[in-house]
Amino acid sequence: MSARSDYDVIVVGSGAAGGMSALVLAVHGLKVLMLEAGRNYDPLVETPMFQLPSEAPLRGAGTPEKPFGFYDATVDGGWQVPGEPYASADGAGFMWWRARMLGGRTNHWGRISLRMGEYDFRPYSRDGLGFDWPLTYDDLAPYYDRTEALIGVYGSNEGLENTPSSSPDVLLPPPAPRVHELLTRKACADQLDIPVIPAHLAILSTRQDAERWPAELFPDNPLARRVVGQSMRSRAACFWATPCGRGCSIRANFQSTTVLLPPALATGNLEVRTDAMVREVTVDSSGRATGVHYVDKTTRLDEHASASVVILAASACESVRILLNSKSGAFPQGLANGSGLVGKYLMDTVGASLGGQIPVLEGMPPHNQDGASAMHLYMPWWLYGQQAAGRLDFARGYHIEFGGGRRMPGPGVFSGLEQFTGGVYGRRFKEAARRYYGSFLYFDGRGEMIPNEDCYCEIDPERVDRWGIPTLKFHWKWSKHELNQARHMQRTFRDIIEAMGGRVMGTVHEDGADSIARPGEIIHEVGGAIMGDDPDRSVLNQYCQSWEVPNLFVTDGAGFVSNADKNPTLSIMAIAWRACDYLMDRMRGGAL
Amino acid sequence: MDEWPRRMDRRTAVKLITAAAAAPAVLGACGTGATESAASRSRSGNPLAAGTPSDPNLLEPVVPWDLTLSEDELATLASLCDTIIPADDRSPAASAVGAHEFIDEWVSAPYDAMREDGVLVRGGLVWLDEESERRFGARFRELSGESRTEICDDICYAPDAAPEFQAAARFFDKVRDLTATAFYTTRVGLDDLGYVGNVPLASWDPPPEAALRHAGLKPGD
Repeated sequence: MSARSDYDVIVVGSGAAGGMSALVLAVHGLKVLMLEAGRNYDPLVETPMFQLPSEAPLRGAGTPEKPFGFYDATVDGGWQVPGEPYASADGAGFMWWRARMLGGRTNHWGRISLRMGEYDFRPYSRDGLGFDWPLTYDDLAPYYDRTEALIGVYGSNEGLENTPSSSPDVLLPPPAPRVHELLTRKACADQLDIPVIPAHLAILSTRQDAERWPAELFPDNPLARRVVGQSMRSRAACFWATPCGRGCSIRANFQSTTVLLPPALATGNLEVRTDAMVREVTVDSSGRATGVHYVDKTTRLDEHASASVVILAASACESVRILLNSKSGAFPQGLANGSGLVGKYLMDTVGASLGGQIPVLEGMPPHNQDGASAMHLYMPWWLYGQQAAGRLDFARGYHIEFGGGRRMPGPGVFSGLEQFTGGVYGRRFKEAARRYYGSFLYFDGRGEMIPNEDCYCEIDPERVDRWGIPTLKFHWKWSKHELNQARHMQRTFRDIIEAMGGRVMGTVHEDGADSIARPGEIIHEVGGAIMGDDPDRSVLNQYCQSWEVPNLFVTDGAGFVSNADKNPTLSIMAIAWRACDYLMDRMRGGAL
Repeated sequence: MDEWPRRMDRRTAVKLITAAAAAPAVLGACGTGATESAASRSRSGNPLAAGTPSDPNLLEPVVPWDLTLSEDELATLASLCDTIIPADDRSPAASAVGAHEFIDEWVSAPYDAMREDGVLVRGGLVWLDEESERRFGARFRELSGESRTEICDDICYAPDAAPEFQAAARFFDKVRDLTATAFYTTRVGLDDLGYVGNVPLASWDPPPEAALRHAGLKPGD
């Protein structure tokens, strides 16, 4: 540690990557400063756990300020952040979801926690598209185990192709499926040969084993065992009510603010500054990072903090923005950007959806279908064989998420009902509502996008945000792989709906361009500072370390080399943990 | 069946939530300057929320915009809401849970989509009274149920509506959607539908057999 530095490590961001980085470093005794651009946020006292839509403005409907509805946990965010614009090149239509709050987007996320599989680390070797990762599944598997055991993930091990199993006892038991999930599974098994298996979600279906896991995760570290044990004991198991997207005041689901930050703070080694908007990473004359400049939003004044190591974990695009804004004589293109690849190869997840009305679900005897609020079952990608045989017109897979049933009604609960009833009103409307309630299902495909040259972000030469920081401009173009995949998704959903004897609602489009979600809309944006083995063709090494600035790490999704259909948050945390182990190893060896 | 679902007993649930709320905040009361100034701006219930549209106090919601419909518009609207969702032996009419007031809140909201709905709804209300006068010589709210039905039958389903009723059919469909939203998101509406969730459970169990049978499934499917 340099004598001049205030901290061992500065972590920029407090979400999945920042929370995990700070926890791993703090439990090992490093002095960490975390800078979060948003406000302090405490799910224990802020979460509206049982409030009904009728208690909220507009019955809880989404607005430009609260796009996922009034009760969604997101603070000062969504597709727009007040005073912090971004731009899209003509036709790109990129949508960037941000949250300005402690814990970032982990507070509202879907909790879907799927491991990338063996194939997913070697996509180029398999089909010649995109890039291979500089690490393998086996390299990351121990960190997946640790992450799952630490945060608590329910699911099962099914042994399906490229759908990895966790080590024994790591996963919590999956909750029993609901009626519509069983019905879907039966139709898929009997008629379509599509596997429907327990989903993996970061929700405590039972309490964690607070005696066993801290000892196994941190065998020679009494401090870590104490704080992680305390944290696990403070978490209740899910009581099967209230949507996870609101946050969870009993700590039953994973949020950085309920699972990572409390034990990290309990070490006494972590200091958190909220309302601290990082502008740039500073460097000395030898090209080493010295710290960061940030704007204190409460005073609007520039501040500087110094550390031996800087970790960017601000979310893929925000970390890219900081790198590109860290220009100096030695780094005229921005920091860590000698390859010119910072901002390049942005990826999101391919999304398409379709709804169906299922007559056999009409008039269901009333019973509680809330469950874990999100899905209990899902369909992993199943057509590897067809793809290998060249029988599909897209190269990579997708999984299917689905839901519906007798959920708590929200705004628009019976929009579209008229197409089934011929527009009834009066007493017959009430009868129809009772009959049709719970008979609607929705299918969402989540597919792998292949990185391409046309998808990137850069500093917008014309704009700054209200903190004076230059903003991003996005560029985007799908390839035929994504568009064809979106078409395939909708056709599959139609087949499933019809196999259940249902009726499709909406349109199955011939052209995937008409059904594919907008870039960024699935909120799985990764890439922009890809890892690799070659400093000329990548920004980071396999440990999230900058090739050019060895004491600079980027532990969020920016380092992703591909974007498998597996939702990225779990992988972000596993990769961040592995990076921090490497960082500490290098530090102990005196290399940092 | 009689044990299903097993509710968490009330004492346990209350204990869980109050224990959580009593625990120290992640960053404690020491927070930052911004936290303190946010606290002074916000009402009780959530000391951290700024109380702005993008950071509202989720625990004590308020509608921060003015309502715009007149008493007269509201009266016509209420009678239309009740024509769409009337009282029956299971639940009251839509206006009893304030459906017309909700629609006022909706069309008065400062967002483009709701403003557009506002034009459709207010224009539709003018049309509805005008049509009532033309056909029956009275305002819509003064008509008998039979007369109301005669008008509504012409506008209740756009694909079947005559060309001269297309705009009115769009209006009717919007009010039907909003009335249903208003009604079925209240306790009264949830009970009417048989929504029995939003209660803490001690355990999560497989569906009851009657539900499986209803869907043509058997245990083990």
